[in-house]
Amino acid sequence: MKRIATFVSLSLVSLLPLASHAHKSWLLPSATVSTVDQWVTVDAAVSNDLFYFNHVPLRIDGLVITAPDNSVVKPENLATGKYRTTFDLHLTQNGTYKLANVNRGMNASYEENGAPKRWRGTPEQFATQVPADAKNLQVAESSGRVETFVTAGKPTTTALQPTNVGLELVPITHPNDLYAGEEAKFRFLVDGKPAANLEVEIVAGGTRYRNHQEELKLKTDANGQLSVTWPEAGMYWLETGLQDSNTSVKQAKQRRVSYVATFEVLQQ
Amino acid sequence: MKSFLCALALAAAAAPAVAAELNVRVQIPALDVAEYHRPYVAVWIEKPDQSVATHLAVWYQIGKKKEDGAQWLKDLRQWWRRGGREQQMPMDGVTGATRPVGEHMLSFKSDGKQLAQLAPGRYGLVVEAVREVGGRELLRIPFEWPGAQQHSTAQGKNELGAVTLDLTP
Repeated sequence: MKRIATFVSLSLVSLLPLASHAHKSWLLPSATVSTVDQWVTVDAAVSNDLFYFNHVPLRIDGLVITAPDNSVVKPENLATGKYRTTFDLHLTQNGTYKLANVNRGMNASYEENGAPKRWRGTPEQFATQVPADAKNLQVAESSGRVETFVTAGKPTTTALQPTNVGLELVPITHPNDLYAGEEAKFRFLVDGKPAANLEVEIVAGGTRYRNHQEELKLKTDANGQLSVTWPEAGMYWLETGLQDSNTSVKQAKQRRVSYVATFEVLQQ
Repeated sequence: MKSFLCALALAAAAAPAVAAELNVRVQIPALDVAEYHRPYVAVWIEKPDQSVATHLAVWYQIGKKKEDGAQWLKDLRQWWRRGGREQQMPMDGVTGATRPVGEHMLSFKSDGKQLAQLAPGRYGLVVEAVREVGGRELLRIPFEWPGAQQHSTAQGKNELGAVTLDLTP
């Protein structure tokens, strides 16, 4: 019986990070190019199809909106429905806003007095909430970002500075300055260091009206740099991720890191 | 007498006695549509790298009685990207109210505000128009400044009629 319990909890741990990858998470802004004092409204959802809300709303407990002056601003009119979360953002400043839903989580399974236990929380909570002498402890850590960018007036980069935690995109080409037929360049960092040979997938929106995903499969170079030439105008979804052992607690052997962003590509 | 004429000719060659002139005609076509709004139009001179050398005209909804139309200037996509988004509206001597259907003449002199800083070289005249519940169109006419006498026309298909450039060096 004990063996079965261990087997079950092990498979749960290994399945959980995968489950979060089975669908696509995204933030979809109503506009990415705007002017000061205007509003944008943002849909946040998890679905297989881009960009249709038909599965579950995105939980945005980790939403951090960084304003052009690097201050953190609050979303307004936040609401969660059956298929999507929505919120409004008042663009009170000139420049670029970064909208990021940041998740740092841990899953643990262990035995306490012979009974299987499961725990979910943050790396900070781990030490106080999981018994130090837990038996058959299995811990997995995950760190993910779901982002998009909105600019009022002239694009700026103050809000786009990396936090050097997890996987992040650093612009070479500004993410609100993307045009069909032109090449854009981004650099990916993992914990602030270049993420070399990272596999990146890019899918254009409107998947409901075509037969294939028509995804672009790309790779970063040795400096973590990605080059992409946008085939046409539209909204695009980018995803990348990796697994490593740079965990924040020693009990966790593996960390799963992911990065997702939505971009708008304009016509010339 | 002969030497006097020579001196005159020399003086004429040395200094441009008459300012060079750039005349632009922009035709806004009559359209048979149910809901018509006057187009937003931007006219500018671009460098070979497509950056803005100088803004010549931007027409948008300014009327005090109606809402300020500056928020829709971003729909002049190319102009917005190339420099419109860096400007404070209104732009002195450049911005104005939207224009009605018809031909609109813009005249600029080499010693005027818009062209005084324009270094000799190759440029493009760009005219972009976008209309609410309508479409967008962009026309380009290459020219050399101050260059030679030039008369060029670009013909629009939807939002613009003929755009004509007349250059007198």
